[in-house]
Amino acid sequence: MSRHVVAKAGEIAPGTSKLVTVKNREIGIFNVKGSYYALANRCPHEGGSLCAGRITGLVQSAGPGEYSMIRKGEFLRCPWHGWEFEIATGQSYCDPQTVRARQFNVEVAAGETVVKGPYVAESFAVSLEEDYVVVDV
Amino acid sequence: MKLPYQGAIDCDVHVTVPSSAALVPHLDDFWADHLTNRHIDRFPLTLTGNAPNLPISARADWRPAKGLPGSDFDMLRTQVLDNFGLRYAICNVMHGAIALFNADMAAALIKAVNRYVAREWLDRDPRLRGSILVPLQDIDHAVAEIERWAPDKRFVQCLFPVMGDQPLGHRRYWPVFAAAEKHGLPIAVHAGSTFRQAPSGSGWPSYHLEDYLMQSMAFEDTLVSFLTEGVFQKFPGTKLVFAEAGFTWLPTLLWRNNKVWRGARTEVPWIDRPPAEIIREHVRFTLQPVDAPDGAMLNRIFDHVGSDKLVLFSTDYPHPHFEGDDALPDGLSDDMIRRILIDNPLETYPRLREGADAGAAHSTKEAVP
Amino acid sequence: MNMPVLERDVQGKSKLSFVDCDIHPVQRSDKDLHPYLSARWREHMDNFGGHIRQGLIGQVMHPRMMAAGQRADAYPQRGGPPGSDLELMQKQHLDFNGCEIGMLVALARGGMEERNLDFSAALSTACNDWQLHDWVEKDRRLKAGIVVPQEYAEHAVKEIDRRAQDPAFRQVIISPKSSEPLGRRRYWPIYEAAERNNLVLGLHPAGISGGNASSGTGWGTYYMQEHYTFGTTTTGNLISMIVEGVFEQFPRLKVALIESGFTWAPALGWRMDKHWARMRKETPHLKRPPSEYLREHFWFCTQPMEEPETPGHLTEIIDWIGWDRIMFSSDYPHWDFDDPKYALNFKMTDAQRAGILRDNAKALYKLA
Repeated sequence: MSRHVVAKAGEIAPGTSKLVTVKNREIGIFNVKGSYYALANRCPHEGGSLCAGRITGLVQSAGPGEYSMIRKGEFLRCPWHGWEFEIATGQSYCDPQTVRARQFNVEVAAGETVVKGPYVAESFAVSLEEDYVVVDV
Repeated sequence: MKLPYQGAIDCDVHVTVPSSAALVPHLDDFWADHLTNRHIDRFPLTLTGNAPNLPISARADWRPAKGLPGSDFDMLRTQVLDNFGLRYAICNVMHGAIALFNADMAAALIKAVNRYVAREWLDRDPRLRGSILVPLQDIDHAVAEIERWAPDKRFVQCLFPVMGDQPLGHRRYWPVFAAAEKHGLPIAVHAGSTFRQAPSGSGWPSYHLEDYLMQSMAFEDTLVSFLTEGVFQKFPGTKLVFAEAGFTWLPTLLWRNNKVWRGARTEVPWIDRPPAEIIREHVRFTLQPVDAPDGAMLNRIFDHVGSDKLVLFSTDYPHPHFEGDDALPDGLSDDMIRRILIDNPLETYPRLREGADAGAAHSTKEAVP
Repeated sequence: MNMPVLERDVQGKSKLSFVDCDIHPVQRSDKDLHPYLSARWREHMDNFGGHIRQGLIGQVMHPRMMAAGQRADAYPQRGGPPGSDLELMQKQHLDFNGCEIGMLVALARGGMEERNLDFSAALSTACNDWQLHDWVEKDRRLKAGIVVPQEYAEHAVKEIDRRAQDPAFRQVIISPKSSEPLGRRRYWPIYEAAERNNLVLGLHPAGISGGNASSGTGWGTYYMQEHYTFGTTTTGNLISMIVEGVFEQFPRLKVALIESGFTWAPALGWRMDKHWARMRKETPHLKRPPSEYLREHFWFCTQPMEEPETPGHLTEIIDWIGWDRIMFSSDYPHWDFDDPKYALNFKMTDAQRAGILRDNAKALYKLA
């Protein structure tokens, strides 16, 4: 593991991202409400360019015909098949079904009505050090 | 193979009103006069798909010497109830009034049909159960018809044709699902079309065979309609029974909808878990026709869909789906046979579980308005 | 525990060159067809444009998910819609993934759903010229499909005969969203021309309606619902072609089903056989059970790849269909694009994988 400067502090505005290449890997650096996160630019489904996806919130519904959006800016939608990922953790939402899904620790967090799935986008530790955004790859 | 023991529940038996004239006594004065004046009572009101001369309308030995297939009570009793040693048989009357455009006329006729079934069939054998035929042309009429028959516990479900005006999950039908859920009545969606539109997305085919084959596509699209419209979220007590649908198409539907849901979830965000799970919980299928070459293949399909609870025994009498008494495919385990013949039907129909004492609720003189 | 699934699946797999049976080239605008249209039709296009059977122009009635149904990363930097930029297609897909041959399915402005029959004929010819000059001649990996005015059989035949000797064209493209079921005799001249010229018939849904509701149950509400009808409409057409006796009449005709899935095929074969057996006298022209025509005359493209709950079930179903019948397709640049490196995520032998990725398509389309 090595640490790489990928951006200047303030370069990536909140709600936006920057695509960088570190050690031959494409990594998206996201600023979510002032906190930085990094995800590999490869969707665990079929390798889509995850970081080109739309930054959005989590859609919820109380029932047919009802729509709401929570946690705006905290989610990413893969530009290929539209899978939803929580930027902070890479955790997929909307359970992709496999027959062995039971062996994963699937849980429903309080306040959310969507099941977390066993797929996770690869993420990296990011820190803000003085004037630079640094990522661990 | 033959049924190995008595007590099975046949979830799809066809009963036919012998003539429209037979309905006239069950109409009020206005409709009796109106229909006879227009000679509507002289037409059989038979759906196109049920044309009696079609080979698929009746097995040769189940075809009465006189009259329409399914219109002879004694034949039904002997050939179905006694012959298969049934505990119950659920009668589905796919009457042509469902295809009329005049909603009031349809409602009047359908009320008469349901009354006819109660008096001329259900009253005459305690093993018979009925399905409430519903005039979907007008939703208020439809709800009223359900409310009218719900107190008679021998009616165990509501009955729709698979191809009507719109996909059946559409919100315009929701008051009907509310009424059905309230009374604990599953909804039987049965093969049959009112031909409001072409039977397929590419138009009108040439042959009766094609019409029949295309029914299963309509069932698929109907199931996707119920799923995507969120009927199972809005009415969580809903149970669907797809009758005469075939079901070997189900694995593809489950897998495809699971996959598309992952990308399309935000369009239909009330779907809160994988479609396959929702469908396994809410939808059942009558056995006939068995669109599989043998029991071994059927077992593979049960594995592919991930459940042994989905299939309900049926003969689909008098339609010809099997020879002699071989109402079950060969190659099923004893456990699966028991599930199909008895357990799955009982789990599906609350009113059968209650062991509705046929005597209690069927005083038709009073109950029928 | 939770881990990126791809790391496990892909490590160690060598790159295999493949044939992609479904790539969609798109014009940047009407103007791309102008060089191939006469003045009369350029003017018609400008002043009248398309006349189609739906409520809105220029879009589909059930809007797609994800950037109008496209991969969001496939929008060219220099403008134009996804699929309109050959360089980007090469960079993102043809070169990037090692595509050996790409079969073009040119849906846009191909005329197949146009009501004005003379205009549809002009559009088809122009679109075929455009495929040649703007795509095939610029990248020799690409092969074209003859788009035809399918509701105007006489001209469809002319167009097929015009192109048949050019090895750049390997199939005739027909939309299953037709005015009538595709087995109906009005379409037989098209099949005659395809068979006579040894061209495969490729069925691919176009988004525009042929005038019928997309289901025998009526129009659906949601895109998720509509999406499913691409499959049921195609199987309805299969039934029509088989039951009407198209394959008795044209025994050498071969049909590729593009973007309709395939896991439904064995069940359809069983159902057709069962009910045909009871109604045989209605169709005496059928000499064999319907499933035999299905088995012998149809090939299936993989996209959108089925994802059963148990991957082994897919292997089983392909055992039933035949490993020689399945052909890889990506559907580039659409949103539900299947990546050749990752999409075939189920158990198969190397020979089976090579068949799906390459050899089956080469055999069917007679590609070197």
